[in-house]
Amino acid sequence: MLTASCCYTDRRRGQLAALSIAAVVIIVGVPLWWRTTETYRAWLPVNQINELANLQLQLSADVEVVFARGTVTPEQQKKVPTQVVISLCLFCSSPLEADLSLHTLSESPCGSLVVYVIPESSTLLPEDVDVYIGQRRTALLRIGAQMRVGRTLEQLLAHLEPRIKQVLQVMSFSHTDITAALSDRVRLSPGNKESIADSMRAFKSSPGYEITFSLLNPDPKSHRVHWDIEGAVQTYIQPLLTKLAPLANFSIDSQTLYYAMLGVNPRYDSSRSAYTLNSDSLAHVINPVEARLGSNAASSNPVLNFLLYVPDAHHSPLHIHDHKKQEVLSNAFHSPRWGGIMVYNVNGFYGPEAVFPVDININMAKVMGVFLAQLRLLLGVQSSAPPPGFLVAPCSSTGLADWELDRLMWSRTVENVATATTTITSLAQLLDQIGNIVINDNIAQQVSSAVTSLQLAVAELEAGNLGFALQYSKEAILASERAFFDPSLLHLLYFPDDQKFAIYIPLFLPMCVPILLSLLKIVSEARQKRRERQAKKD
Amino acid sequence: IYLFTYFFFLLLYIAFMLFIVFDNAGQFFSSGHTNNWAVLVCTSRFWFNYRHVANTLSVYRSVKRLGIPDSHIVLMLADDMACNHRNPKPATVFSHKNMELNVYGDDVEVDYRGYEVTVENFLRVLTGRLPPSTPRSKRLLSDDRSNILIYLTGHGGNGFLKFQDSEEISNVELADAFEQMWQKRRYNELLFIIDTCQGASMYERFYSPNLMALASSQVGEDSLSHQPDLAIGVHLMDRYTFYLLEFLEDIHPASKTNMNDLFKVCPKSQCVSTPGHRTDLFLRDPGSVLITDFFGSVRKVEITMETINLTDPINPVNGELQIRKYSYVDQLPVSEIIHQKPKQKDWHPPDGFILGLWTLILLVFFKLYGMKHLKHIF
Repeated sequence: MLTASCCYTDRRRGQLAALSIAAVVIIVGVPLWWRTTETYRAWLPVNQINELANLQLQLSADVEVVFARGTVTPEQQKKVPTQVVISLCLFCSSPLEADLSLHTLSESPCGSLVVYVIPESSTLLPEDVDVYIGQRRTALLRIGAQMRVGRTLEQLLAHLEPRIKQVLQVMSFSHTDITAALSDRVRLSPGNKESIADSMRAFKSSPGYEITFSLLNPDPKSHRVHWDIEGAVQTYIQPLLTKLAPLANFSIDSQTLYYAMLGVNPRYDSSRSAYTLNSDSLAHVINPVEARLGSNAASSNPVLNFLLYVPDAHHSPLHIHDHKKQEVLSNAFHSPRWGGIMVYNVNGFYGPEAVFPVDININMAKVMGVFLAQLRLLLGVQSSAPPPGFLVAPCSSTGLADWELDRLMWSRTVENVATATTTITSLAQLLDQIGNIVINDNIAQQVSSAVTSLQLAVAELEAGNLGFALQYSKEAILASERAFFDPSLLHLLYFPDDQKFAIYIPLFLPMCVPILLSLLKIVSEARQKRRERQAKKD
Repeated sequence: IYLFTYFFFLLLYIAFMLFIVFDNAGQFFSSGHTNNWAVLVCTSRFWFNYRHVANTLSVYRSVKRLGIPDSHIVLMLADDMACNHRNPKPATVFSHKNMELNVYGDDVEVDYRGYEVTVENFLRVLTGRLPPSTPRSKRLLSDDRSNILIYLTGHGGNGFLKFQDSEEISNVELADAFEQMWQKRRYNELLFIIDTCQGASMYERFYSPNLMALASSQVGEDSLSHQPDLAIGVHLMDRYTFYLLEFLEDIHPASKTNMNDLFKVCPKSQCVSTPGHRTDLFLRDPGSVLITDFFGSVRKVEITMETINLTDPINPVNGELQIRKYSYVDQLPVSEIIHQKPKQKDWHPPDGFILGLWTLILLVFFKLYGMKHLKHIF
């Protein structure tokens, strides 16, 4: 800066220059720098997400209770809210036939139940059985003996209520089922071993599954094995998968592997003159085989593998033994979240003088019976035994009863809602914590649609519309997964504060120092002038 | 006498508890996982970092031998040592001097190689935020019942690990990545092993549950390499991984060795640095965790008790089997090439050379004949 000896206008010009530069820097420069370095963050419905975090689910199922003739007296008949009183088919001798004839009356929508109350004296059900659960969404409930003489309507209803509740718990959902489905969100302390094993065994809810059937033939020189897999899948497996279509998409393929050995050597048991695989060695069978299995899966969906192993001629017959050294009837085992393996012995089909290779046609009904049972377990259809006094109808040809499907749908819907809620809330938390992440418009849109679908799903669950609830929950989970796993959420990595300083100081410091110094000089000169003026006045 | 009865009942109770633990469904209690994954990363390139690739490949080999299939292993190698120009024995990577053990083998499946091994790709693999076109083999498709083993090796410092000699991952980023994995329940339990200088600093910032971490050296210490091979000319392995490999060679899929033995691998007398470990975030007691829970892949199995009785006969599939034959598209469409008409050449303006030539000529002309003619042109 020039000294005071210079003329006044020059100094004035210098001061004006410094002031205007400082003004430009502060008024124009700083906001411009702020705007160009901020990250684009689209708006997220944070309030609604926080509301969802306190998730309160209310599940309601429609139950229709129908009293058969002989269970209520005519006076009570008038007071009972549910009007239909029917006489059950007189010529039906078994509960199965009664069940089938009842279906002609009405088709109950998914999620609802019909309980028919039959008199104590009815001969439809065997002696020790009080409840019969049909293949569709119906149950037959026998009134207890103590309700025979002179009971009032209130007593009757009070007697029936806990029993109907028990039926509901078996056929729709129970407390343990729902807490197991929510285990993703709430890691509760283990209830009982069976529920833990069930939750570990079944695959988690996914929009699609790939099923692969493999035929393992380690000895093609001796056995030429034929299996009609296309027909078998069409006849036995496809009906089940069609029934499960609201839950997920399934894609099936099959393959044949030659010279694929099991990884363990079976031991020869002379007392049964057969080769045995005991249960401890089963765990080591899967890994060597899995490395050789081909897969058609181009998506990230979970894969279920079903293997049919035909033992070679030197190691036939091959039986699987359980812990108690008993032979397993099905000769099959399954691994949680992986699939199942069945051993099919063919030495019975030919004698010792046969000419090798022998043509063998596999009995697909037997094989698919085992695979279907394993598929049910792996997809989450509960395997727990019904309570005492209950009789469950045998499996229909599709392999899945309607109420089992409903049960699965209830738990899957709850699981989807819980998972989607956890995903959205943790995504919101993550985006809140790390201020550097760019939130694009498509992510915001996915999050909004997930939140909307979740709210709709919760509302439908409350209303009892299971089908719609499942659909909304599926949409919610798809949208939330797409938002959470969007590749663009990784753009700006962690920037510690000292790195930020290191970047900005060489840029801004050389520019700011002269401005600051000149401003200081202006201020000090103004103060000095004021002091001089004060001194002059005095 | 009271003491005697007390002990008797205690023994009975313990025996009863053991029986429950080894029961069929109780088998699930012991670890709670149904599948195993491994993410093995070597972060340094250049020939003199041969030992880092050998480290990773020897852990890969052990993990495969103990049962984890290739589809469940994500192997990231930042440089190719086996086919490096300076490798006197091509297609091999040795881990013992005198070339005793070739860890490269002939069934190595490298998922991320060379320049694909970056901090961004590593974090994308861990968090699952990969572009939709990524194949299955490059993804970590773990679920809430997966035990994951993560092994990192390379050059590191206090709080960071160097990738490819040009970027770093900090311990905070790693801890955040693990937290995101936990939020999405992408693991049941996670074992983190790191073999770098000052490795213990990398697990200082972890805060998610169910993590166990091991490092080859404490903060302020260097991890040293084991032995050079004079024929190859570089150090073949790092000390910690060398003794880790020796320890793992004794493990087979059915062995019951637990984590406390793993913590004792490579004491200061052998390693010169002090290995460290961290188990405070792990819920189970390390003494009850089997080595094969992370390094191997022992499946749980259940016997199938029920079958479904199917009585319908098989419907023959309608129509003939529609066999579609797939064939490759013609790689070189010869017929199109032969009968091709010559393409119309577009007109191009004269390129620079010709322009320059004309300018030179014009300048020379005007220089010779004087500048006053210029104004007639322009």
